[in-house]
Amino acid sequence: MDDLVERFLKKDRRALARIISRVENETPEGGEYLRLLFPHSGKTHIIGITGGAGSGKSTLTGALAAAYRKREKTVGIIAVDPSSPFTKGAILGDRIRMQDLALDPGVYVRSMAGRGALGGLAPTIADVVAVMDAFGFDVVMIETIGAGQDEVEIAGTAMTTILVNNPGTGDDIQALKAGIIEIADILVVNKADHPGADILVSQLQALLALSPAGSRRPPILKTTATKGDGLDELLDAVAEHYAYLQSSGLLSKHREEDARHQVLSIARQILLERIRQATPEEALQALVERIAARELDPHTAAEELAGNVLA
Amino acid sequence: MSTTATAQIRVLIAKPGLDGHDRGAKVVARALRDGGCEVIYTGIRQTPEMIAEAALQEDVDVVGLSILSGAHLELFPRVVDELKKRGVDDVLLFCGGIIPEEDTAALTSLGFKAVFRPGTNTQDIVKFVYENVKK
Ligand code: B12
Ligand SMILES: Nc1nc2c(ncn2[C@@H]2O[C@H](COP(=O)(O)OP(=O)(O)O)[C@@H](O)[C@H]2O)c(=O)[nH]1
Ligand SMILES: [Mg+2]
Repeated sequence: MDDLVERFLKKDRRALARIISRVENETPEGGEYLRLLFPHSGKTHIIGITGGAGSGKSTLTGALAAAYRKREKTVGIIAVDPSSPFTKGAILGDRIRMQDLALDPGVYVRSMAGRGALGGLAPTIADVVAVMDAFGFDVVMIETIGAGQDEVEIAGTAMTTILVNNPGTGDDIQALKAGIIEIADILVVNKADHPGADILVSQLQALLALSPAGSRRPPILKTTATKGDGLDELLDAVAEHYAYLQSSGLLSKHREEDARHQVLSIARQILLERIRQATPEEALQALVERIAARELDPHTAAEELAGNVLA
Repeated sequence: MSTTATAQIRVLIAKPGLDGHDRGAKVVARALRDGGCEVIYTGIRQTPEMIAEAALQEDVDVVGLSILSGAHLELFPRVVDELKKRGVDDVLLFCGGIIPEEDTAALTSLGFKAVFRPGTNTQDIVKFVYENVKK
C-alpha cells in the first residue's frame, strides 16, 4: 500500500484526486481506500442540484459555492455529465461555469462521467461522495446530468435536493407534474432576470398546494445565478432544511435508507458477478436458446442460475 | 469490487491566455470523446495556475494545450511550472494550434510529446493519445 491515505488524512488534494480515480474505476486499491476512509465520513452536508439541461445547474453550483466560501465553509463539488453509450467517451464541461473558484483552496471540483448509470448520476457516485465527505468538506454538492424527469436517484444520495427551474420554458410544469417535484426539498426559479419568473413561482405554488396536508412544503426561491442574486437567501433555505432534518430525526432516517439502498445494490452486484463466474458461457447460451424457443420461461431459468451459487 | 471495470482515459483540454480561438480545442475534445476518452474542457482564458489546478483536481492522464495566438513560448513554460509545483509530473503533455516548426525543439525540451498543427487529422490525435498515455 502506498502513502495516499496518509496524505489524504493530511488534506493533500492530489491524494484526494488520486483516490477518487481508483474508487471511480473500481480498482482493488480503490476498494481498500474506501474501506479505510469510510469511517471518516458521515459529517458532511450533501446537497443535490438537479434540473433540466441548460437550466443553470453548473452556474448555480458555482455561485452557491462562492456564497459558502463567504461564510468560510469548504466545498466539494461533483459534476456529472453523460457518457456516450457507444464510445463510453464524454465531454465534461461543467467547470467552465465554475471559474471563479478555480484557485480557491477551499473548493475542490471533480467532473464525473455518467458511465451508463441510469437516474442522472454515475455508478460509483455514493463511494466518491463518501471519499469527499471523509476529506472533511463542510458541504458536498452534486450536480446531476440534467437529462430529465427520471433523475430521482439524487434524492437518495443527497440530504437536501434543489430542483432548478427556468421561466418561459413551458414544458417545465409538465415535467414537474410528472413527479420530479416530489424529490425537491427546495425549488429554485433560476434565470429570474428572464421574463415570467413570477408567473412560474405562482404556478409552482399552485402545484405545491396540491401536496398532501401536513407534508413539508418546499420553499420556492428566485435566483439569477450569473449575477449572484438570491444566493444568500438560497443558502439560508438550505441551512434551514438541514436544521429541520436534524431536529426531526429525518437525517438519521435518510442515512439509514441510503445505507440500506447501498448495501442491497452492492450485494446484488456481487451475486450477479458470482452467477456470471459460476455459469459457463455454453450453459448460459443453452438456457438462452431454450428461453428464446419458449421451452423455458426466464424466471425459472434465473432461479436455476441463482440456485447454482446459493445452494 | 467488480473485476470487470474499465478505466477511461481522462484528458484535460485547455486554452491558456487570452486567445479566443476555441474551434480547434473543441474539435480535438470531441474527437477524443468519440475515441472513448473522458475529456474535461475548461473553456477559454485559462491562466497557467487554473490549468494546473484543474489537472490536479481532475486527476487527468493527459493535458493538451491549444493555442493560436502565438504566446506559446511565454505561456507553456508557466503551465509546466505550475504542474510541477503541484506534483503533477506524470501526465502526458501535448499541444496544438498555430505553432511554428522552429519552436518544436523548445516545446519538446519542456516535456511536450507532440505538437499538432492546422490540418491534422483528428484520428491521428486520438491514436497518439492511446499509444502514449501512461496507464
Ligand atoms: C477562425 C479564425 C478566427 C475566428 C475564431 C473563431 C473561434 N471561436 O475559434 C475569429 C474570427 C473570432 C478570429 C479572431 C482573431 N484571429 Co483568427 N483565425 C481564424 C482562422 C482563420 C482559423 C482557425 C480555426 O478555427 N481553424 C479550425 C480549427 C479546427 O483548426 P485549429 O485550431 O488549427 O486546430 C487544429 C490543429 O491546430 C490542432 N490543434 C489545435 N489545438 C490543439 C490542441 C491539442 C491538445 C491538440 C492535440 C491539437 C490541437 O488540431 C486541430 C484539428 O486539426 C486562423 C487561420 C488558420 N488558418 O488557422 C486565424 C488566426 C489563428 N487568427 C489570427 C488572428 C491574428 C486573429 C485576431 C487577433 C484578429 C484580429 N486582429 O482581430 C483575432 C483574435 C481573437 C481572439 N480573441 O483571440 C492569426 C494568428 C496569428 C498568429 N498566431 O501569429 C491567424 C493564424 C490568421 C493569420 N494567418 O494571421 N480568428
Ligand atoms: N440570464 C441568465 N442566464 C443564466 C443564469 N444561470 C445560468 N445562465 C446561463 O445558462 C446557460 C446554461 O448554464 P449552465 O450552468 O451550464 O446550465 P446546466 O446545463 O444546467 O449546468 C449558460 O449560458 C449560463 O450562463 C441566470 O440566472 N440568468
Ligand atoms: Mg452543467
